[in-house]
Amino acid sequence: MSSPTQDIRTMRAKRGFLGDSWALLKTAPLSAWFGMIVILIYGICAIFAPLIAPFGEAEVVGKAYEQSTALHWFGTDQIGRDVFTRVIFGARNTIGIALTTTLISFAIGGTLGVYAAVTRGWIDQIVSRVVDALMSIPVLIFALMLLAVFGKYLINLVLIIAVLDSTRVFRLARNVSLSVAVMDYVEAAKLRGEGLIWVVFREILPNVLPPLVAEFGLRFCFVFLTISALSFLGVGIQPPTADWGSMVAESKTLITYGRVQPLIPAGAIALLTVAVNFVVDWFLHKTSGLKD
Amino acid sequence: MADNSRESSRVKGAALVEMRNVVIDGYSGETWHPIVKGIDLTLKRGEVLGLIGESGAGKSTLGLASMGYARPGCRITSGSITFDGIDLTKASKAEKRALWGSRIAYVAQSAAAAFNPAHRLMDQTVETAVTHAVMERGKAEADAKDLFGRLQLPNPGSIGHRFPHQVSGGQLQRAMTAMAMSCRPDLIIFDEPTTALDVTTQVEVLAAMRNIVEQFNTAAIYITHDLAVVAQMAHRIMVLRHGKLVEESETRQMLKSPKEEYTKSLWAVRALAKDESANDDVALEVRHVDAAYGNGFKVLDDVSIRVPRGRTVAVVGESGSGKSTTARVITGLLPPTKGEILFNGKALPPRLQDRDRDTLRRIQMIYQSADTALNPRQKVRDIIGRPLEFYLGLTGEKKDKRIEELLNAIELNGSYADRLPSELSGGQKQRVSIARALAAEPELIICDEVTSALDQIVQEEILHLLMRLQKDTNVTYLFITHDIATVRAIADEIVVMNKGKVVQQGLKSKVLNPPFPAYTELLLSSVPQMDPDWLTGLLAKRKAAT
Repeated sequence: MSSPTQDIRTMRAKRGFLGDSWALLKTAPLSAWFGMIVILIYGICAIFAPLIAPFGEAEVVGKAYEQSTALHWFGTDQIGRDVFTRVIFGARNTIGIALTTTLISFAIGGTLGVYAAVTRGWIDQIVSRVVDALMSIPVLIFALMLLAVFGKYLINLVLIIAVLDSTRVFRLARNVSLSVAVMDYVEAAKLRGEGLIWVVFREILPNVLPPLVAEFGLRFCFVFLTISALSFLGVGIQPPTADWGSMVAESKTLITYGRVQPLIPAGAIALLTVAVNFVVDWFLHKTSGLKD
Repeated sequence: MADNSRESSRVKGAALVEMRNVVIDGYSGETWHPIVKGIDLTLKRGEVLGLIGESGAGKSTLGLASMGYARPGCRITSGSITFDGIDLTKASKAEKRALWGSRIAYVAQSAAAAFNPAHRLMDQTVETAVTHAVMERGKAEADAKDLFGRLQLPNPGSIGHRFPHQVSGGQLQRAMTAMAMSCRPDLIIFDEPTTALDVTTQVEVLAAMRNIVEQFNTAAIYITHDLAVVAQMAHRIMVLRHGKLVEESETRQMLKSPKEEYTKSLWAVRALAKDESANDDVALEVRHVDAAYGNGFKVLDDVSIRVPRGRTVAVVGESGSGKSTTARVITGLLPPTKGEILFNGKALPPRLQDRDRDTLRRIQMIYQSADTALNPRQKVRDIIGRPLEFYLGLTGEKKDKRIEELLNAIELNGSYADRLPSELSGGQKQRVSIARALAAEPELIICDEVTSALDQIVQEEILHLLMRLQKDTNVTYLFITHDIATVRAIADEIVVMNKGKVVQQGLKSKVLNPPFPAYTELLLSSVPQMDPDWLTGLLAKRKAAT
């Protein structure tokens, strides 16, 4: 039994990273492909927004609330800016800010989580109880309160959501690390006299990465939705920066006149969330080793 | 009893299970490949058949196939399996379910994992008999008590009221045998039932199982990797390797004159031996050490051990004897509550954090399971290279050269440097663990059960390697094990531990020869011998003594 598996493993090792990735992609279900293509399109829009968009981000190009025309595909907004242009720039702003926020929350929550799992003891106790306390307050309400206290600047928005979200990341990182931290190779590293940094970043983190990567996708969706919700409420991303949440808020009354305009940025939000979830689902299924 | 008719139909000698040219595929690496490659097996009523082989030989897969079952990820691709005239390859799930439990029973390796911790032993023991409508509940309970008695469980009348965690591992394994016996099956499959038990417990369990199988004239398939155990249990032995049959014959015949080279090599492991030699230069001395875990539970009680330089000291004892805790105390993972540890005549700081890098370098450790001791995300190069860089400051070309030297020293070569642990076999992984310890150029290596997770032949190779490395580098070994055969093979001195205390320390020749302290006697006499009459003889002797 051991010899054929051995051959297969060595063969696979020789195929290289690109070959591996392609082999993996070939097994992806339709939903995951859909998700990846959607994310790719969003990514291109976000990176090349100034090249793709027909007008400037805050440029007033027509009358207010125009219907869609050949020139303005999605019509114009309340002060006559092109909605199509603003949707494209919105991808850049909303996704960019959500991504930054998620990265910060992972840096905080992930590091603290692994650290708590390795050291245990009173540090773990204190951090865990603080996290419990923070998690007992609904995120949106807590964020609204903190934004009211610190002022609605972009930097505050990013930091507040990152800290609130890092509590979830902390819990996951701590739990998955606990099972790795008791492994003999971690003990071997401690016996060798390795410092904490080595143990956390070289021995444990590489082994807990798959669930954390999957969680990254999901957390990104939640952060993205929270920011959009805050923008809709008027305390998130501030004008004239184009942002999907505030775009929905600004044009929401149009829905009563039977216009689809407010649905466009809302749809953009929904589509990205669904797409990311599809990809994460597939990834989780893959790494958890579940068979169909 | 309801099964009277069946009891009478049990004619000794009639064929019960017939397997013809059975092929079983396993799924891994996204393809199917054969695990069992066309094996014939015949089992008569009342016969005990031993299946032996290394891990991966297909013995468990074949054993399970005899009840028409394939594990998830396995499938029976061809061949026929007939049980008492019923073709199991064609039988429906419902037909098979009617057989399983009532006419074919299975005893798993880990009784602790097989029992539901939330239910009492009695409820679980009678469940099969009641659900298969073999007996009514009251009758089944009376019968279970009778079985408990026959299996020599203490207080057979009341032990059934206990929960699984309230009895010992050996008792649980016997309770599982009672569960398997509850419907008086025609066939029992024992899958490594004593592998997880200590030797002293193993003797009782083996005797109980052999007895009950004889009493009810039950046919059995006994799966194990331990030759000496199978010699006590089986009438006939089949040796398997890589899914194929190597040799098959009556037990006595096979022990006396094995035909195939492979079978002989299985025997040879036990012949490995080293002459002891004394040395007065003490490398490590553990002096009157007490240790306790966080809750105040004392695990070491006045432990004193002397380890002479360049020699191998084997620490033997059953699980819970404190031998692994001793290792933790020496390495500084568990500071002692009393006593001190001298290394090269100087007291070691009790806590790991207080020891300097050079002291850490001098004492290295090798673990039982290389699977968990090697980081699955690091390549062999990084695993071996890290101590070189960390302790000796080697980098670049010097480091690469030394890695290659070390790989050669453990009888692998440079091409292994870029592999991940998952791309190595069990023995190769353990070799890499050894290389990691060697890389630090230590004076003392603590080996914690380093061979017990390995197959016999691989064990022998690893022991040879360790002995050769000792000769080359004059390294000292503190060798923790429960396996007396290994101790005989490599030790200079032996420390016997029991319940946190040192029972005896001395040269191998002294400890292994009479006069024995009572515990050493019990431990040594419980180690199964290759003689098929060993168990019978031992039981007679112990009975006479009481």
